[in-house]
Amino acid sequence: MTVRFRLAAQAVAVVIAIIAIALIPSVIELFAMMQLTLFAAMAVLALSLAFIWGYGGILSFGQTAFFGLGGYAYAISAINFQDSTPSILLAIIIPSLFAAILGYFIFFGRISDVYLGVITLTVTLILFNCVNSTSGDEYRIGKALLGGFNGMPAVPTFNVPFYPDQILSPEQSWWVTGGTLLGTFLFLRLLLSLPAGRVIVAVRENEVRASLLGYDPRKVKLLTFILSGAIAGLAGALYVNWGAFVGPTIFSLSLSAEIIIWITVGGLGTLLGPIVGCVLIEYIVAYIGSQQALNSNLVLGAVLVVFVLLLPKGLVPTARDLLMRLVPAPKPKAQLADEQLPPPVAASHMAGAE
Amino acid sequence: MAIYLIVALDVLNGISSLFLLCLGLAIIFGMMKIINLAHGEFIMLGAYATVISANAGVNIWIAMLVVAPLFVGLVGLVIERCLIRFLYGRLVDSMLATWGLSLLIIGIVTTIYGNTQQGVPTPLGGFSIGSYQSSYYTLFLAGMAVVMMAVVYGVMSYTRFGLIARATMQNPAMAATLGVNPARVYMSTFAVGAAITGLAGGLLAPVSGITPGMGGAYVAKAFMTVVGGGAAILSGTMSAASLFGAVNQVGAFFTTPVYGEVLVFTAAIVLIRLLPQGISGRFFKGNL
Repeated sequence: MTVRFRLAAQAVAVVIAIIAIALIPSVIELFAMMQLTLFAAMAVLALSLAFIWGYGGILSFGQTAFFGLGGYAYAISAINFQDSTPSILLAIIIPSLFAAILGYFIFFGRISDVYLGVITLTVTLILFNCVNSTSGDEYRIGKALLGGFNGMPAVPTFNVPFYPDQILSPEQSWWVTGGTLLGTFLFLRLLLSLPAGRVIVAVRENEVRASLLGYDPRKVKLLTFILSGAIAGLAGALYVNWGAFVGPTIFSLSLSAEIIIWITVGGLGTLLGPIVGCVLIEYIVAYIGSQQALNSNLVLGAVLVVFVLLLPKGLVPTARDLLMRLVPAPKPKAQLADEQLPPPVAASHMAGAE
Repeated sequence: MAIYLIVALDVLNGISSLFLLCLGLAIIFGMMKIINLAHGEFIMLGAYATVISANAGVNIWIAMLVVAPLFVGLVGLVIERCLIRFLYGRLVDSMLATWGLSLLIIGIVTTIYGNTQQGVPTPLGGFSIGSYQSSYYTLFLAGMAVVMMAVVYGVMSYTRFGLIARATMQNPAMAATLGVNPARVYMSTFAVGAAITGLAGGLLAPVSGITPGMGGAYVAKAFMTVVGGGAAILSGTMSAASLFGAVNQVGAFFTTPVYGEVLVFTAAIVLIRLLPQGISGRFFKGNL
């Protein structure tokens, strides 16, 4: 009964989301819609980290490495081919390959927690430094000038697949970005409910036990890492499509920090939370940027400190707990374990990370 | 010949500044297993304290060697009481909270002093080797690194405070049963670590551009050096700082400063892959 009810509720939520994505351009102004497009692209990035951190137990400080690689891969190939169809594919493939190499190095060396943080952080810095110093005519790939710290302006945006002449309008761009966000969310939700997803969570919970059951934690983590790199790369392509620009700040530490803040605020171990956190924080940052009264670092820092100290579970799990308290649950929680992710998960994740 | 001397001086400079930058973080990490990602901002605060008091008429040496460590040590004490003490044993949370703290400090300093570059003139003069110029301040920094190393070694090995600190580091529960209050040891260690970091910031103030965001340039390097060095505070940090400092300067000499940095980062990744416990986890086990 409850399971069927939950499935129905989820189906209704998905339908509502589809309708909302379809109708938004006719309801709100162009500027707000452009902003929403950016938020949706960023939310895809948030999902990529939410997946490996929340479910795989791998805290990567360098998710922007894949995001940036995706962005640059898209920009370079879009300038060369003048067609976004192969470019989007490349923006997924190149970061996944990079994630495969880096992940092999990390996980098959059994590197974890702080050390993994250092490595992902330094890789991001290496990419930032390298890309930042590519100003000059000698740094070009095909027709694309890398441009160093100035970045690459006037990148062709998305077009209708295989029709390079038909550039997407801002409305269509929004549909693509919002649709990708919803698609990524559903894909991850589906994956996590499949046996493969259970194995990912099992490895996060207890590597030794998972390997005694016959799974290779190194391989599972590597595949998780590659998938998350691919999603981050896709987010990079969406981001470049939004601004028609890519620069080395896409690799910056502050963006890496922001992703972690989104997830901490929204709720680690959920998929909805990071999206909520991302949109909320990005909205606040954009609002502060237009006000000039407060410094955005000040607010972001204060928010992060307050959440870690007072609301470590994040917004979405806290709200859900409150709702569950209001609505008397007809069945014990065991049935709902997957959707709810009870507090012990967060606790054991922290313990596992040490 | 002169060029080799200059490169040697550069390497010495790279190693000593990296060591000074990392020592405070190494003490905090080694003692409490807390990664302080606001480390770069402690450096920035030390540099600001130096510049502002020097520009207000305080003698530059006093500003550097007294004002900066005192101020940052106090800040560290307040932060430990208000924030860090809730996070012992929660490595990931402590990283997140100190990251938030670092943004907060950057925001506060930007709001007060604006996003402009400040600076003080470098004290001491320069000298020339052949046709190359260098400054006595480089030698002073190297001297300070040696002094700090000696002071930390002396305090940790020969004083009662050092004994208690080492005991708490090894086994907090046992130390507590012997009448030591670990919370107080942690508090003072954090403040001392912050003060040393402030001193490093003060010492580097004359040779670096001082902006609210300057800490970002140091935190990754310091983080990587401390983790690469491993658990031993002095031998680990010193060996990792020597390795990375030398790689950085030699790499920068043969290519460009940017690729020098890239080489250091690559060296760090390879080092951590080969020695997951850090250098001191392998070669200087049980040392300070």
